[in-house]
Amino acid sequence: MCKIGLIVNPVAGLGGRVGLKGTDGREVVEKARKLGAKSEVPARTVRAIWKLEHLRDQCVVLTYPKTMGEQEVAECGFRVSLVGHLAGKESTAGDTKAAAKEMLKRGVNILVFSGGDGTARDIYESVGTEIVVVGIPAGVKMHSGVFASTPEKAGELAARYLEGKERGVVEAEVMDIDEDAFREGEVQARLYGYLTVPLDRQLVQGKKVATPPSEHAAQQAIAAYVVDVMESGVLYLVGPGTTTRAIMKELGVPYTLLGVDAVRDGKLVGKDLAERDLLKLLGSGPAKLVVSPIGGQGHIFGRGNQQLSPKVIRRVGRENIIVVATQGKLSSLHGKPLLVDTGDGALDQALSGYIRVMTGYREEVIHRVEC
Amino acid sequence: MGDGKIRNFHQARWEEPIIYELSHPGERGILVPQAEAEVKSAAGNVLETIPAAMRRSKPPNLPEMAQERVLQHYLRLSQETLGRDLNVDVGQGTCTMKYNPAVNERFVTSTKIADLHPLQDESTVQGVLEIVYRLDLFMRELSGLDRFSFQPGGGSHAIYTMASMVQAYFELRGEANKRDEIITTLFSHPSDAAAPRVKGYKAIILYPDRNGFPDVEALKAAVSDRTAALFITNPEDTGIFNPRIKAFTDIVHGVGGLCCYDQANANGILGITRAKEQGFDMTFFNLHKTFASPHGSGGPASGALGVTEELSKFLPVPLVGYDDRSSRYYLDYDVPHTIGKIKDFYGVIPAIVRAYAWIRSLGPEGLREVARVAVLNNNYLFRNALKIRGLSAPFAEGKHRLEQVRYSWERLTQDTGVSTTDVQRRIADFGTHYWLCHEPWVVPEPFTLEPTESYSKEELDEYIAALKQISSEAYESPDIVKRAPHNSTIGKMEDHSYFEAPEKWALTWRGYHKKYKGYFEPR
Ligand SMILES: Cc1ncc(COP(=O)(O)O)c(C=O)c1O
Repeated sequence: MCKIGLIVNPVAGLGGRVGLKGTDGREVVEKARKLGAKSEVPARTVRAIWKLEHLRDQCVVLTYPKTMGEQEVAECGFRVSLVGHLAGKESTAGDTKAAAKEMLKRGVNILVFSGGDGTARDIYESVGTEIVVVGIPAGVKMHSGVFASTPEKAGELAARYLEGKERGVVEAEVMDIDEDAFREGEVQARLYGYLTVPLDRQLVQGKKVATPPSEHAAQQAIAAYVVDVMESGVLYLVGPGTTTRAIMKELGVPYTLLGVDAVRDGKLVGKDLAERDLLKLLGSGPAKLVVSPIGGQGHIFGRGNQQLSPKVIRRVGRENIIVVATQGKLSSLHGKPLLVDTGDGALDQALSGYIRVMTGYREEVIHRVEC
Repeated sequence: MGDGKIRNFHQARWEEPIIYELSHPGERGILVPQAEAEVKSAAGNVLETIPAAMRRSKPPNLPEMAQERVLQHYLRLSQETLGRDLNVDVGQGTCTMKYNPAVNERFVTSTKIADLHPLQDESTVQGVLEIVYRLDLFMRELSGLDRFSFQPGGGSHAIYTMASMVQAYFELRGEANKRDEIITTLFSHPSDAAAPRVKGYKAIILYPDRNGFPDVEALKAAVSDRTAALFITNPEDTGIFNPRIKAFTDIVHGVGGLCCYDQANANGILGITRAKEQGFDMTFFNLHKTFASPHGSGGPASGALGVTEELSKFLPVPLVGYDDRSSRYYLDYDVPHTIGKIKDFYGVIPAIVRAYAWIRSLGPEGLREVARVAVLNNNYLFRNALKIRGLSAPFAEGKHRLEQVRYSWERLTQDTGVSTTDVQRRIADFGTHYWLCHEPWVVPEPFTLEPTESYSKEELDEYIAALKQISSEAYESPDIVKRAPHNSTIGKMEDHSYFEAPEKWALTWRGYHKKYKGYFEPR
């Protein structure tokens, strides 16, 4: 008997319908409801679960009560097992986190959730990369790479994985933007971590996903190249991401996946550095900066690496920026430019134009950068 | 749109075992008679003459079968493919799968060619040397360049040879250490980036501009005193001709670099534009594409490599020369800065003979006609394909294409969930096929068609009708496409994990036995 975990965030997406740009926090939910928002989450969730119908007899769905999943599972006629209860009357992020923890403990074969970036973050906090997860797109903000392009495709993907038709998995970015800032008109995306998702060979819209072994090999080739051309006495600031992680691994030094680390002469000289630390470390010596674009969107600055502030970038200098990305990642942009959004218009202008991107061993691409 | 008729096709399905499974100990194809006693005693023990370390202790593990069963086995396998000369082969874009005139096989299998040995004395192979020499003259005419070598055994090998010559050129100038970069474009053939890397070059790849054309501004950003050369395909694999090609070669020459042209596929421009006028220093033609020698597994390849007078001193040896005084053709080793040999002997003779015969049968006007018809065919296919629901041709949209087009099913996939690999499997049910594209897929859900000059309007209509039918199926009953093929030798493989797990691969029968017992049952 296989175990499917299901977590539904019933208030996901409410804010978007009424122009609120997200639904994080109790007040926003209230406000959205007052504005007449009705949740589409149950319907979207059911559309996904129907795609698992043929597995109904072999599966049990582990979920939370009522609107957090029970309701939807019942509607589709699956065997259901409730693994906890809501802490209060309304479901909260806390319930999502507790439910995810419980599913991890009970060893679900796959965890399917319905929501947006906020929900993905909550799940990431509880399960990390330990179990395989699929996101049903139902939120306002969906910058994370964990969502299938439609609810049906989320269901199909989960089914393929459970049936063993797809065994490959990849790490997908969990991104979120600061909603308060977003409402003020400022986009500040952060990279929170990675969830493990089944490799989606056909289902993700308009995107060719490289196979995990080839993507991995490409990252290693880039890492070997970067390490080969590293100069002695130069400070290297290494930004967040899985491509840059490969460089740190190649050097054999500790690293943070989401932070900015620093190395010099093959040795770690700082980990998870904030802007102030970076400026201090930079001093006046020679320095280079290694960054990788966010998959699918193409930001090299201003999303997920705000520590690399305009001051830091100016100090390092454009000619000392090393951009790394696999050709698979670049091709997911389908000809769109790389983007910079540092919050400093003059700097963004200066960074625009053409930049070299290291895409393999002794292989570089000339790519457009725009702001 | 043409009113093509779709065929009610069904592929053979023999469930033919692997040849080793057909083997019976002791079964023989030929019973070799024992030598007579006199012969035996005169020869002695011939095995003794082979050093002990080189002698097999056990006979090789080969299948033991009667001749008739071997023939049967391979005929059955051949029926399970979409073999050459059998289908409307317009789907193998970039490969120029034109008709290879059958009469040319008569020439290459005639004893006059087939019985030659490459080490024969020049005086005894004057005929074949003459063919090589004259083909060189034709190639000079077609490219505007000054001397050709036929040593490269294929297109990628020719690219490698060009990179070797680029290196030799800069070594002679004392700049080899500094000039370590070559520049290419994303839609040039991937070998243009890959082969020079084997020589130690760094490959700088230009992404297309906003309109899908090779980006001249990106080129300006890329060139420097580290630029060794440009390696570029034109028209690109998308069928787009670079309208600023002269600016490209001028910019690279401006920083002291060389310009190398990949004309593996020259089918759209034969006799219309040349390497010389576009500003190139070197070029190559694939005889196994443009010049009607069979491609790929269908026959041996040949990359005919040409250079300017200035660079001819670097060509591989031997070249074929002609001595006026003695009226003799000869192998010319007198190349002062030759890069040496990049392959044994002086060329892949069967490919050379076929190309020579093909050119002779057409003449200059005929060659130009080939290009015109190939482009016409392609644009007929292109206009009609674009009418099919869910199909598009991204990059340089609305612009003319030459001999091929890279299409996209992106819209179809978004609308129906049917992907290009689904369509690819489904089209096998109509007795044809298509190829997708090189990695990475910059064009989403891609496929590449190149009709060449060989196919008639009816045949193109048939191909279009198959694509149209599949598109309708995708919109109306997508499962037909997603579960395809239905009329083919094998069904859809659901589990792709084998392709990505080297530990599961079995490349030989022995390896298979080590890893598996029975069909895919791991040991
Ligand atoms: C434009 C181009 N260049 C180079 C090659 C490589 O030629 P070959 O397959 O003979 O190595 C090809 C073949 O596909 C090609 O289309």
